[in-house]
Amino acid sequence: MLSEFDLEMPSDLQASLSSLPYATPLGGGTNLLVDLRARREKSKRLVWLGNIQAFREIKINAQQVSIGGGTTLSDILHSPAMAEAAPSLFNAARVFGGQMVRNRATVAGNICSGSPAADTVPPLLSLDATICLTNAEGCRSVPLDQFYTGFKTNLRRQDELITGLSWLVPNSNTANLFYKLARRKGDAISVVGVAVTVTREGDRCTHARIALGSVGPTVFRAKDAEAILAGGLLSEKLINDAAQKAMEQSKPIDDLRASANYRRHSVRVLTRRLITQAWHSLPEKTAHT
Amino acid sequence: MSLEKAIPVKINGVPHELLARANETLLDCLRQHGQFEVKNGCEKGDCGACAVQIEGEAVDSCLTLTWTVEGRSITTLEGLNDTNKPHPLIAAFMEQGAVQCGYCTPGIIVAAEEMLRETLNPTDDDIALALSGNLCRCTGYTKIFAAIRQAATVLREGGGND
Repeated sequence: MLSEFDLEMPSDLQASLSSLPYATPLGGGTNLLVDLRARREKSKRLVWLGNIQAFREIKINAQQVSIGGGTTLSDILHSPAMAEAAPSLFNAARVFGGQMVRNRATVAGNICSGSPAADTVPPLLSLDATICLTNAEGCRSVPLDQFYTGFKTNLRRQDELITGLSWLVPNSNTANLFYKLARRKGDAISVVGVAVTVTREGDRCTHARIALGSVGPTVFRAKDAEAILAGGLLSEKLINDAAQKAMEQSKPIDDLRASANYRRHSVRVLTRRLITQAWHSLPEKTAHT
Repeated sequence: MSLEKAIPVKINGVPHELLARANETLLDCLRQHGQFEVKNGCEKGDCGACAVQIEGEAVDSCLTLTWTVEGRSITTLEGLNDTNKPHPLIAAFMEQGAVQCGYCTPGIIVAAEEMLRETLNPTDDDIALALSGNLCRCTGYTKIFAAIRQAATVLREGGGND
């Protein structure tokens, strides 16, 4: 039995925003209802966002992807263009929760709940996504990389909603991969999540992103590891050095899913594997269009 | 305490009103309404025993507040059966022996039916993805996969209810 609460059911965004200062936003509910039942969440007033029109819109053009705040994980999987425009996110959606959870859980909710194991966040960090935080006065853009301030804390103010996210479509010289290490292929919480983005110009890596999940209080970018790759002539040694650095930047804990040591080891192995795989998937000769 | 509201919905095609307060889940309301094929398992979205379809989309009814389904069509396992003939999935589960204790079966069939409306040529990966939110602790899934493959074949060959 859930504890008592009031539920507002606004029919548009403006009405939702005017309720927000006094209420907790309810998106897919796949986290919030579990937390309410466990009495971890004690909110007495919820505002249901499911009636907001066009909130689930996905727009993809040659340059940019933008998705609405109500976009679910299944919406991502049902968008064939997403597999091209955000391969890491598409693959994260495939291993996210179970089918019924994917049908309800929203990308924005996954970001906001702020779990270090959030599956969509390493991909979105590897794509340099920007989020749009909206309140009754207007919208502010925040790079996702600056959103988290600590374990389950972030820059969202009580009166704000994530109404959208956007990122640039990777060019044809860029590979973007994600791997979730977990005890099962589905319905599992990640042991380690790694997303990488690599841009190749001849023998040189001109741009690198390495984002790590479940190995720190928040999902984060291993920026020192990225710096080893970016601008360098890519070699096995450079990849090993970057993977080693990513491991050193990780601050995992022991928990019921894995030990900290195993997680550190996995970060090194998976970073090396994904960067290598990304690099070899890219053409040696740059296609100038 | 929030007020009890009458929420109009369609359950398996028939209009009903579910009486619910703000904090009541669709799972509890459906069972109070007599839909005992909707099972209560983990109550946290892991096991899929409570799966129903809302406008054709499978969801965990334990994580769905009743107020949020106002005016929607809800389909449970029983809604998939024709009056004269079991749904090919249900027939295949019986023929393949894909049911042991049976507790997970309604949710699995509800999830599998959603997938079969998207593809009648599912790969094992497609089936695994569709069933990723359903736990069965008896059968080990082999017969469940076999039953879903069989149902897909029957439906491909036009052996459905329609």
